[in-house]
Parts: sequence; structure tokens; C-alpha cells
Amino acid sequence: MSSAFRNRLTPRAGPVARLASGLFLTVLALTTPSAYAEYGLTFQRPVTTIAHDIFGLHNTILIICLGIFVIVFGFMFYSLIVHRKSRGYKPATFNDNTTVEVAWTVVPFVILIAMAIPSTAVLLKMDDTSQADLTVNVTGYQWKWKYDYPDQDLSFFSNLATPREQIGSPRFSSAGGSKDVAVQKGDNYLLEVDNPVVLPVGKKVRFVFTANDVIHAWWVPQLGVKKDAVPGYVTESWAVIDEPGSYRGQCAELCGKDHGFMPIVVQAVAPEDFEKWVVAQKAKARAEAEAAASRTFAKDELMERGQKVYAQTCGVCHGANGEGVATFPKLAGSAIAKGPAAGHMDIVLNGKPGTAMQAFGAQMNDLDLAAVITYERNAFGNNTGDVVQPAQVKAARKQ
Amino acid sequence: MAHAADHAHEEHPQGILRWITTTNHKDIGTMYLVFSLIMFFIGGAMALVIRAELWQPGLQLVDPHFFNQMTTMHALIMVFGVVMPAFVGFANWMIPIQIGGPDMALPRMNNWSFWILPFAFSMLISTVFMQKLGGAPSGGWTLYPPLSVQGGIGTDFAILSIHMMGISSVLGAINVIATILNMRAPGMTLMKMPMFTWTWLVTAYLLLAVMPVLAGAVTMLLTDRHFGTSFFDAAGGGDPVLFQHIFWFFGHPEVYILILPAFGLASQIIPTFARKPLFGYGSMVYAVASIAFLSFIVWAHHMFTVGMPIAGELFFMYATMLIAVPTGVKVFNWIATLWKGSISLETPMLFALAFVFLFTIGGFSGLMLSIVPADFQYHDTYFVVAHFHYVLVPGAVFSILGGAYYWLPKWTGHMYDETLGKWHFWLSAIGVNLLFFPMHFLGLAGMPRRIPDYALQFTEFNQWATVGAFLFGFAQLIFVYVVIKCARGGKKASAQVWEGAQGLEWTLPSPPPYHSFTVAPKIK
Repeated sequence: MSSAFRNRLTPRAGPVARLASGLFLTVLALTTPSAYAEYGLTFQRPVTTIAHDIFGLHNTILIICLGIFVIVFGFMFYSLIVHRKSRGYKPATFNDNTTVEVAWTVVPFVILIAMAIPSTAVLLKMDDTSQADLTVNVTGYQWKWKYDYPDQDLSFFSNLATPREQIGSPRFSSAGGSKDVAVQKGDNYLLEVDNPVVLPVGKKVRFVFTANDVIHAWWVPQLGVKKDAVPGYVTESWAVIDEPGSYRGQCAELCGKDHGFMPIVVQAVAPEDFEKWVVAQKAKARAEAEAAASRTFAKDELMERGQKVYAQTCGVCHGANGEGVATFPKLAGSAIAKGPAAGHMDIVLNGKPGTAMQAFGAQMNDLDLAAVITYERNAFGNNTGDVVQPAQVKAARKQ
Repeated sequence: MAHAADHAHEEHPQGILRWITTTNHKDIGTMYLVFSLIMFFIGGAMALVIRAELWQPGLQLVDPHFFNQMTTMHALIMVFGVVMPAFVGFANWMIPIQIGGPDMALPRMNNWSFWILPFAFSMLISTVFMQKLGGAPSGGWTLYPPLSVQGGIGTDFAILSIHMMGISSVLGAINVIATILNMRAPGMTLMKMPMFTWTWLVTAYLLLAVMPVLAGAVTMLLTDRHFGTSFFDAAGGGDPVLFQHIFWFFGHPEVYILILPAFGLASQIIPTFARKPLFGYGSMVYAVASIAFLSFIVWAHHMFTVGMPIAGELFFMYATMLIAVPTGVKVFNWIATLWKGSISLETPMLFALAFVFLFTIGGFSGLMLSIVPADFQYHDTYFVVAHFHYVLVPGAVFSILGGAYYWLPKWTGHMYDETLGKWHFWLSAIGVNLLFFPMHFLGLAGMPRRIPDYALQFTEFNQWATVGAFLFGFAQLIFVYVVIKCARGGKKASAQVWEGAQGLEWTLPSPPPYHSFTVAPKIK
């Protein structure tokens, strides 16, 4: 570079300073959560104090890292441009300097301490689950969540609600699924459930986690809550949600084939609406239990209901048409589905230990179980003509 | 006794028997490197299956179970079949020469260490072809129970395969330590050794310490699966999280095993093309030792969301943050080496510089991950995937590619095609950033790991990543072409090869004789 050109550069305010401030402003603009919907560059909008604190910590650490990055690589790129053999630069011979070594050991150490202090403070806050207003027990299943509100005596499962037709099926799958082009996807594709977790705003909710089978993890980014759900053990977390809304999350620990298909939806509502919801849920549960216990159902009612239950719960392993998937056995023409109904009820209710076939008796009510067993015995060409009533399932449970 | 011409003693079998029975460190080094390159394409193909499925929302190409097999196998192959064997290949070729020794200390064991690997990986890869029996292992390369207890016979094959790889690594590590400690030429004190040799000495101790721990963990998994134990099953009094502690006690030093030789390679290449000695040799050695020591006390930072008591979380946060100090020291020393050097940008230097720059980006995301409250949002998301791919791909893999270009003229006696080398570099550098940088954003925006399908808002960055993956993947074919072309011929390489290169390897002819330094050189 000629000296005339270099002289023209010198009067202007340092190029490094200009680059740095431009970069800073760009980063600031790009990382505000509202700015970009589809090119999300940072966390989702926080709705709890903890999530706010985490976001702040993240931004602080990021800015410090960016600052160090600019300085360090400023030196590197300067050197790569100026200290070049092709520009005739002759190499120096120095190869150590104790002062500089001490400096660039101590200064980073001090920066780390500065980072560790606010981090410790936020972590201590996150750890304190005491004085909760409400407790929710969360259990991870393959592949859905179960929520219990012990003080309200409520319990329900929460399944992915996105229809399988929207997901489509792989062209080369051994499941033998249809090769149809997938149907148009909804806005909350893969982030919608049948039964959301309803919680009151402004109250401290304590979450207690466990799992039924393998390790799962419950994560709702906007709440700033993520915790592993470990079978046989209990972990916990807490949140105070600041504003009403729907907050969506996903399972965050690989748990098998449908790990990506067991989302979480938290519905935060005003405390009065929460109480109303509790009452309505209990009434609904009572009504379903009564309906199931008392009457006899027609075959086509059971088949229709059974088909929905099958699609949601059984088809992922046993195949959309009962044809089996990989090591999971087929139901079409199977000995169990065509043999005595008692045996079929037993394996659905109690599972098969040592395999992935779970004890669905613990997870589903009598009506759903009766419906799905009836369906399996008559669909896929099985045509046994059998009809299993909820009362039979109830009786089979006692054995 | 001194011999005028080494070739008088070079009777060795020709053809395939040469390669099966060789005890020569150069041959064995070559075999490790060729094996690693083949495995790179197999693991890479699996990555392309993953990225192709993740091109858009929905399931188009593979079902979720097969997808999980791909993610699991991709990682197992890249970690154990590509990066580790490549570094062992460099160790075999270069350590004896760099210390002025005639070969490795235990040449016959050296042969066995290599030949275990093709069998181990045939066993592992065969599981992909056992779909009717459940296919390849699919619970993640980390094999967490209880999920991995549910896996089919593929998991058992993987466990046995891991045992074999572990034996290979342990024997290799013993060989490296014995060689470095016993066979240095007179006058070569430890503090005169080249940095590549130093980093391998430390890496070998790490391997010795932790490969047996992995063997223990997977054996406990095997007995839980088949022999009625319940180490990881609460119903029997065990704990799934116990596996995580044991695995990561191996796993964290393992990632330093995957990077320390890369640091060594960078420390060889940068001084050469800056025509200036490595800045702060002593500090560099102490930094490597500090990193290795610290690597043993940070394992639970892979487990911050598992429900550890707060004292544990705080300890592991502080210890993990500390690793930034010696790592930073190394980065600063490399830049100080460049400073006021006389730099030229041949292909090995391009890879080494990209290594320093891009590995450091991975280092920054690692620092962010160490902050526990923030980690609750990053853990098990694509932010972690971005972090470890930055340190492993433009980190370890770029150092391997740089080292290969650096020493290819020495090994083959021919200069490689510099134009093609630069094409390979630039396409790789662009591809790798297009592939992994968007993953930071995906993780922050809320995309979990290990999912075959995703919510609509993650589409755009997944598409960038898929384009980057295919660009990066296909660019590696240029490298294969360059290597083959160089092996067959090219401009004759001198002994010195690179103007600024220092070290015993550059005193030998290119290529060096089959047996070099049968007489110890004099060290100044």
C-alpha cells in the first residue's frame, strides 16, 4: 500500500472504532426478538422474570465475547494483511515475552470472574422452588406428557395434535405409508396439543418432573424452564408467568422415534379463569367416567373412537394399517388381535415387560381402551366381529 | 552400526501382504489416514441424509427411527472413525521423525492397533443393514439409558465395536508414550520437542485415563441389557444419571483428545508460513497441560439440566469457565507468532488460520454454554450442535486437512496442486460456515436437537444449513483428487519443502527412506 494512500486514511476517526460501532448496532437491531419472525436470531420473548434474567445474562456474555472477538481478530487480520512476505515484510525473530503472557492470562481470568458473579445470582434464584402457590406434576412418556395437579385432583395426557397427514410420510419408509403429498401445514405445526397445561398468571408454579420409561426433558423457552424428566427419580423447577398467552415448547432429550413429536403447550390465564378451568375439567372427567361405565356402546361408535385412539397412540409403532414397523409387530392377522379378547386386553392393559409395549391401562380410560381394542380386532382385515365394552375393560383391570 | 545405504535393508513384502504385516510407522500412518478418509465419506454421507431430511418441515425421505440411526452413527463414525484415527495417523508418521527416532517403540503392537479398526467399524456399520432387527443404534452416540437399553441388537454390536476401538486407542497411546519418553535422539529434551509431539504426549495420557472408563460404562450398559443388572434402572436400585456421569467422565477428556493434536498441528504450520518461531513455546506447553488437567473436572457441564444439586452446578460452571484461560493463551500465542512475521498463504496456512479463527468461534459458544442459567435455554438445542461442530469441523478437521497438505510433499516427494488445494479450502470454508453458523440461531430460536422434523419458523436457516452441507461435503472430493494426484506425481519436492519450516522432518529427503534415523541425529 503506498504511503500517499495511507496518509489519506489517517485523519479519519479510526476504522476499527467505526467498524465496531456499526457491528454493535447491527447486532443490537438483529437480536431484538420482535424484529424477525422467520429468521429468529435470538431467544423467544421472555414471559417470566427468570426468562428475562437469562436473556439479559445471555446478551451480556454475548456482547463481551463479541468485544473480545473484534479486538483479538482485529490484531490477527491486521497482521495477515500487513505482515506479508508478498508486501516485502521481513520477519522479526522475537518468540516470547513474559509480561504479555502474564497479562493475557490474568485479564481473561478477571473477565471470567465478572461473568461468574451475575450468573451465580441468577442460578441461585432459579434453584429456589419453595413457597409455591401451585404444584404440577409432569411425567414424560414415550411419546406424550402427562400432567397431574395433585391439589386440584386433576390428571390428563397431552398429545401432539398436528394431524399425521400434515407431517406426511417418508418415501422410502419401511412403514409402507402412503406416498401422498402432505397436506398444508398449520401455523403451530408440531407445536400443538389436545390438552394444554393451563396455569394461572402471577402465581408461583412448582413443576415436579419424572418419566415413565426413558429420560425426557420438559422445555418451554418463554418460561425459561427446562428440566430432565428421569424415570424413577424426581426433578423440579418453578415459574411465575407474567402475562396470559400460549407458550409452546418441546421435549428436549432424545427419547426414541417420536422425540420430535411430543410438544408442550402452556396456556397461562387469569387466576379466576384458572379456577373455572379446574371446575370444568373435573366435571368433564366425571362425565366421561360415568358415560363409559354405564352404557353399552354400538360397534360403529367404538370403531370410530378406536380409530382416532389408534392413530394417536398405537399407529406410530404398529403401523398406520397395522402392518408393523421395524421390530414392532404387526397387528394385521396377528394371533393376539384375532385370538381370545382376554389376551388382547391383557397385553394392552399391562404391556409387555422388557419391551417398548407399555401398560396402557395406566394411561387411558376404559372407554378409549375398549374402543381401540375393538378397532384392532376388526380393522386391518382382522374382522373378528368382536366388540369390547368399557365395562369388560374395567373388569379386566381387576385381575 | 552406520550403513551407507538404507535400501540394502529394505526387504519387505510387496502387495497386500505388505500392508497387512507391516510394522513400519510410515506404512501404518498411511493406513490410518486412508482409513480415516474413507470413514469421512461414510460419516459424511450420513450427515447428508440428515440434512436432506431437514431441508423442509415434514417427513420426506426417512422415518424417524432411521433418522435417529443416522444421527447416532454419524457421530460415532466421525468421532471414533475419522478424527481419532487421522490424528493417530499423523502421530505414527511424524512422531518418530520429529524426535529423531527410528520407529515407534512397539512396532508389532502398532500394526495390531490399526488392524483392529477395520473390523470394529465393519461390525458397527453392518448394523445399518440390519433394519429388520431394529437397525443401527439410535439412542444418540452418547447411548444414554434407559433409551439405549430399549435398542435392538445394533446397540450390542456398537458396544462390542466400541470395546475394540478402545483397545486400539489404548494400545496406540501406550506406544506413543513409550516412544516419546524413550526414543528421543540425544539432546532432544522434552522442552525442545516440536509442539505436535508435545500435544500427542498429553493426548496419549488422556486416552489411557479415559478409554477404560468408556469401556466400563458400555459394559454396564451391556449387562443391564442382557445379564440382569440394574446399574441404570431405578426399579433395581440404580440410576440412569449414573451412566451420564461415567460417560461424560470419559466424554469430556475425549473432546480434548479430539482437539489437542489439532492445536499441535496449528503450532507446526503457523510458524512455518509466518517464517517466525512459535511465540511462547513454554506457555504453549503449560497451556496444553492445564487444559488436559482441567478436562477431568468439568464433565457435568454436559448434564446441567439433569437435576444436580446447586453446589455441583456452580462448581462445574466455574471449572468449565476456567478452561477459557489456557485456551485463550494458545490463541493469543498463535496470533503473536503471526505478528511481525513474513506471512504467505499456501493451502496448509489457510487451513491453519481458518482453524484459529473458526475454532475460537466455537470456543466462544462454549463459554456461553458454560453459563448455567443460560445453558438451561441452550442445552439439547441446535446451539450445542453449532458449538461442537465449530470446534470439531473447522476445528479438528481443518487442522487435519492443513496437516495433510503440509506434509503431503514430504510423504510423497511431490508438491500437491496448489490451485486445487486453494479451491478445496475456500469451498470448504464457505460451506462449513453456511452449514453451521445458522445453527446458533436455530438453537436460540428454540429448535431442539435430534429431531427429524421441525416447526415452520425454523425452515429458512435449516435450508441454509442444508445447502452448506452439500457444498462442504462435495468440496471434499477435491481433496481426494488432490491426494491421489499428488501420490502419483507432481513437481519434485525438496527436503526443506517450505522455506520457513523447522524440525527434523525437513532434514530428511522427500519422501524419506523407509527406515529413517536408524542412526540418531545430532540435536543442537
